[in-house]
Amino acid sequence: MSGSTVVPSIPVVKEADRPAKGAGGRHDSRRKRAVIHLLLIVAALVAAFPIIRVFGVAMRPGNRILDSEFSIIPPGATLDAFRSVLFETDLPLWLFNSLVITTGTAFVGLLIAATSAYAFARYRFPGRGLGLTMLLATQLIPAAMLLVPLYILAVQLKLTNSFVGMVIALSVTSVPFSIWILRGYYETVPVELEEAAQIDGCSKLEAFWRILLPLSTPALAIVFLFNFLAAWNDYFLARILLSKEPLLTWTLGLSRFQGQFQTQWNELAAASIMISIPVVALFLYSSKWLVSGVTAGGVKG
Amino acid sequence: MSLDAVATALGQVGLTLVAIAFMVAVLEGGLYLLLVRILRYRNAVPIMLVAPAAVGLTVLIVYPLLWELNVSFTKMSLRNFGDPGFLGLSRGWFVGFENYTQVFKDPVLKLTGFWQLLGQTVLWTASNVTLHVLGGLALALLLHRRMRGKGIYRALIVLPWAIPQVIALLVWRTEFNFEFGAVNQLLGLAGIEPVRWLSDPFWNFLAMIITNVWLGIPFMMVIILGGLQSISADYYEAAEMDGASSSQAFRHITLPLLRPVLTPAIILGTVWTFNNINVPFFINPNELETSDILVTAIFRQAFQYNRYGDAAAFAFVVFLLLLVFTIVYIRFTGSLKGAYE
Repeated sequence: MSGSTVVPSIPVVKEADRPAKGAGGRHDSRRKRAVIHLLLIVAALVAAFPIIRVFGVAMRPGNRILDSEFSIIPPGATLDAFRSVLFETDLPLWLFNSLVITTGTAFVGLLIAATSAYAFARYRFPGRGLGLTMLLATQLIPAAMLLVPLYILAVQLKLTNSFVGMVIALSVTSVPFSIWILRGYYETVPVELEEAAQIDGCSKLEAFWRILLPLSTPALAIVFLFNFLAAWNDYFLARILLSKEPLLTWTLGLSRFQGQFQTQWNELAAASIMISIPVVALFLYSSKWLVSGVTAGGVKG
Repeated sequence: MSLDAVATALGQVGLTLVAIAFMVAVLEGGLYLLLVRILRYRNAVPIMLVAPAAVGLTVLIVYPLLWELNVSFTKMSLRNFGDPGFLGLSRGWFVGFENYTQVFKDPVLKLTGFWQLLGQTVLWTASNVTLHVLGGLALALLLHRRMRGKGIYRALIVLPWAIPQVIALLVWRTEFNFEFGAVNQLLGLAGIEPVRWLSDPFWNFLAMIITNVWLGIPFMMVIILGGLQSISADYYEAAEMDGASSSQAFRHITLPLLRPVLTPAIILGTVWTFNNINVPFFINPNELETSDILVTAIFRQAFQYNRYGDAAAFAFVVFLLLLVFTIVYIRFTGSLKGAYE
């Protein structure tokens, strides 16, 4: 942990600590400020354009799905697409399936990573360095490489078309990254706090449970979120493990949806909006912590 | 949404959680008896703590890799399907290193061979990472100041990262539609002829890069913004007093001090882009082989052409390639120094 120059812990730099001037250290002139705002507006438009357009498409009436106009609220706007997606497709079921799988996955992943990361942070034991290196190396494995053996394994164990296989496979894939993040965070917590608790009569593991874990709540939340988002967005594992209609996750359901109804563009758009809003809200709410989590655990100068 | 399906889902996942908790308890209990009670081993506690993760990773990553290695020496395919056993010897599937030599000789896909795919992958990775870093750096520098609307700009620019990727990809694929997609319609407004984004090899490759650059810039921007915030303003004040221009300050203060953030972000970005299976898969609905990169080729070879033996050997070649690149890069930049202390 020596020589780390990166944001070391979860609470990010506060507004007040930021330099009052531009990055160059100079006060910006009026003209420069105008140019900067202009550039940022263009960037924001490019970033948000596909999303703004999706809102427009979702509200198009059935006879104008393939219109070529760009207004946010199209002529004859209607919420029919939202209604038909909610009540005439299996989207609610797919979302429910994803939610159940994802929540289970995030919990298992967190449980496994939290304890291992503690061992890596606070103990010196044979195989520690090798273990950390192997954890990093797993990040290099192309996902496509593991899909075949996992598929065959699932077939042999009769775990295809079952959420059991999904939860097990998904929760383990995010464990290496979680361990790195948590280990990085644990190491920023002074070990003296645990030592004091031990002097007061706690065992070492009790000190972990009563002192370190509660102090690491932000990092634990980040890891939970990471695992949650990774599992929520999984497509390929679901594609090889799940094929029965009532078991589909939303990623599978939606991509089939587009295949079947190539022209039901408004319904695809409506579904996309309904799936995205909670995720985007969660993401924006937690993005500050998400990012400092990456820099604290993965990035060491 | 039937009650039946809901009950099944909850039941299966609940059962899995209980089963995993049970297995962890058995594992820990067994290790405790063995290491602490019987062997009185000094490092018993950390080993017990690491054990669940180690077992999980062994079952789901190490074992599949060994299985894949085993298959890579056999001619397992749709015709020869089943448990190959050790090296496929008992079934007469053993082919030695033939699959490995084939990777470099025969087409990996229908027409396209390894070297072309490697070229496409290098082009894909290099252009994406370059544009991610340049775009992210530019936006971070613009945002790194006190200004009105900063939070709104940031939230809007981060949107591509926040949206579930499968949705972003489905939307982009639709927007690249020749007749009805927004991209061609916008080009039309500018008086430009519509482009065959999904069927022409060159334009499809470009469409993939456009999509992935759009997806990837926010991550780099946020990481670099974090790095910029950790640089003390004192440096800039000192530089200003010494009469340094802002471009000099950028070259001699900002860039060197961003290095500890940039280097790992570039490694991560390179690995992620190299291994990105989503974008080249979704933005290429016509399965143009000119738009495939190495990892999508592995997926097609295995799951569309069912050439399991070939795909396994091919996958190991690709994995080794990435491993060597990463080790060389890390050695060269010394970027992970100090991560183990």
